[in-house]
Parts: sequence; structure tokens; C-alpha cells
Amino acid sequence: MSLKMITLDDQKVVCQNGESVLDALLREHIDIPHACKEGACQSCMARSLNGAPPALAQKGLKDVLQHQNYFLACLCYPQQDMTISITPPADFFTEATVIAKELLNPETLLLTVKTKQQLDYFAGQFVNLKRYDGLVRSYSIANSRIHADKMTFHIRRLAGGHFSQWAHQELNIGDTLSISDPQGLCYYLPNNPTQSMLLIGTGSGLAPLAGIISEALHHGHSGEIHLYHGSREIDGLYWIEEMQQLAQQYPNFHYTACVSRGDAPQGVARGRANDVAMTMLPSLKNWRVYLCGHPDMVADSKRQAYLQGASFQDIYSDAFHVASATLD
Amino acid sequence: MSETSTSLYEQLGGEAAVDAAVDIFYRKVLSDYRINRFFDKSDMEKQAAKQKAFLTMAFGGPNNYTGTDMRQAHDHMVKKMGLDDSHFDAVMEHLTATLQELNVPENLITQVAAIAESTRTDILGR
Repeated sequence: MSLKMITLDDQKVVCQNGESVLDALLREHIDIPHACKEGACQSCMARSLNGAPPALAQKGLKDVLQHQNYFLACLCYPQQDMTISITPPADFFTEATVIAKELLNPETLLLTVKTKQQLDYFAGQFVNLKRYDGLVRSYSIANSRIHADKMTFHIRRLAGGHFSQWAHQELNIGDTLSISDPQGLCYYLPNNPTQSMLLIGTGSGLAPLAGIISEALHHGHSGEIHLYHGSREIDGLYWIEEMQQLAQQYPNFHYTACVSRGDAPQGVARGRANDVAMTMLPSLKNWRVYLCGHPDMVADSKRQAYLQGASFQDIYSDAFHVASATLD
Repeated sequence: MSETSTSLYEQLGGEAAVDAAVDIFYRKVLSDYRINRFFDKSDMEKQAAKQKAFLTMAFGGPNNYTGTDMRQAHDHMVKKMGLDDSHFDAVMEHLTATLQELNVPENLITQVAAIAESTRTDILGR
């Protein structure tokens, strides 16, 4: 058996026969987070940059992580030379031109851009948008990948939010801005088309969820899809009619608009979106759950969903999505 | 009963058994108002992984358990949040109930409980 070469940034380490990637790196005093060395704690997660890692090294990882060639260094016995990374890659930016601006509600802008280069993304991922002077903010991609070189974003105007104020007031059709490579793990994979799905979003947290739903329906997802979109007041919601129409078109898609304060108009549920969802869907065993919005809502929902039977493997939320409702 | 060389971990069913137990155990712990404040809400997946490492250890499986790590990890809970025997007892209660729910034989439950019990002084920083 031959030895395998592991390349990590500018360092090269020879992995001995029967030696894990983690042990090889540690032997050479390369600093990599680790703890249990048995695949349980997942702290030694790395990413293969030259193709799929050995399947056994992906044991217990979420499907989206496997899909992006992440693996556990402690379980990885290389079959070939590997180039790996343990830090997130540097942002690569491409140019995009604004082709449409439209208000979804008084505070949320639907921004459509056309990218110079076609980006490979999955509905639910996010990109970093960069203004001419370098100001960067993360926004979820609100459309499915069917649209190739077009991307839409829901930009909520926040008091004192430099980027969002600028996008609302000064950014015009024809202007350009830079867009990073798509990132994040809160997205739809068509690997289990009969699985029931619950999506809970607050405010502009609807953006990635709408993309995910469009992607799932496009792939013929046949399991039940339940969307709960919430806001304090009815003004903070949008696309109510569009979602109702979608629900009429697809019998397996169910939509509930929720308001947590004041009176709820006809057809709108009263209460926080996550509370309404968890009451209406008491058993989430084997469900896939997508969460997007206020950080407290995401944390609470994660816990509720888990306690109601969903496994962590099936609960998707991204750090950025968590921040998106409070920061611009 | 005859002497057997099969390890406790194998008798319990190895990793599959640990996975089944974590599923029940962690839900019990999180639902228990007496102790759930000790479990960080912000990164529940990491927490679940820690529970798995703990149960693997208690099941006599492969582990890197060090008393020092356990002390350090729980130090701030002992000093700042009042972690004490009553909370440790509650966790032990859930561990036993979990194994009973999985129909693990009593003699094996006793062995698992004994291993888990051996971490008490480290976890409570004594």
C-alpha cells in the first residue's frame, strides 16, 4: 500500500498506512481542533478540495455537509492524495447589475440582480453583497437555482442600517455591486422527496424559505410542505396572496401567515409563527425543518422541533440567517 | 450465568445503542426544568454530540475521558450557576430511565450507572 499526501494550505503531510488524517496532522504539530477522535464530537471537521472524501469519514454528518465534501479528519483514512481545508475559503466576488427594485411591504425591498458570471448556488444559501466602498452585508438568495444568472434578495430597511438604507434609497436599476460565492448549509437537497418539511420564517426570513419551497416543488417533492411566516403585525408580512395561490396549485403545500401582536385578520393565525407551527404539528419525527429569522425564534424553534421528535440532522438554520432579522 | 469476555459496550449494542440512547436521554434532560438551564441553548447540536461522548463513555465504549476536561467544562456551572448533587442526581435519573425505556437488562444498567457515577466528583469540582 502506498502512502498518501495530505495538502493543507501550504503544508504537506504524508499520511501513513492505517493512520487517520487527524493523527497525521497532529503528528506534524499542525493545529487542528479535535476532541473525541471517534467521530462523535465533530470538532475535527475539514473539507476536501479535490473531490469526495471516503464515505466512512462522513459518517454522522448532515447531508448538506456531505454534499460539500466535508469530512471528519479522525475517521478519514485516505484512499488517494487529498487537498483539504480547515478554514473557510476567502470570499470570491463577481459583479452584478441591479435589474429590478420593488417594495414587498413598506419595509422590505425585493432586489433583483443579474450576475456577470453564472453562480452555482442552492436555494436557501446566502451571499455577501459588497457596495462600491467595501461595505458588506449577507443576504439570503430568495429564488431557486432555476433562474441561473438572476438572483433576488429581500432587504429589510432597518433604522440606522447603512447597507439597507442605501439599498432602499440610493441603489438604482443599472447600478452594480459585488456578490460573493454562495455560502451556507441551510438549503434543499432532493434526496428524500417524500419527507415532510416544516419551514418557519419571521420577517424577511421568508426569503431563503421561498427559494427552498420553489426548489422543492420544482423537484417534485411529494411530502407535505408546511410554511409558517410570522411578523409582529400584518404589515411585516408579504407574499400572502402568492403563497395562498401556491397552496392552491400544490395540494401538498400548506401556508399559514401569523401575527404575534394585535388582531389577526381573517385567514391569519394569531401568535408567534413557531408557537403556532409547533401547536399545529405536535409530532415532527422524521421531518425536515428549516428555520430562518430572529435568533431567539431560531433557538427556541430548534429546541421545540427537537423535543417534538425532529433529529438535529434534519434541522437546518444558518448563522447568518439568524442575524439577518436584526442586522441589515 | 457464565463468564463472558464480551465488553459492556458490546453487550449494550455498541454505537447504535448509544445513538438510540442519546435520542431519548437528551430529550429528557432538555425537558427537565430542574436542569435544562445548564444546557446551552445556542449550540444544541454540539451539546448533543457531548451527550453522545458522555454516554459512549458510560457504556464502556471508546473514549478520551479525562477528569480534568470534565472539571474545566463544568467549573463555571459549579461556581456561577450552582450546579450541585441534586442536578447530578437528576441526570442519573434520566440515564436510568432511558436505559429502562430501551429494555436494557438491570445488571447492565447498574454497570452503566456505576461508570456515570464515577464522574460525579470531577463534574462537581470536588
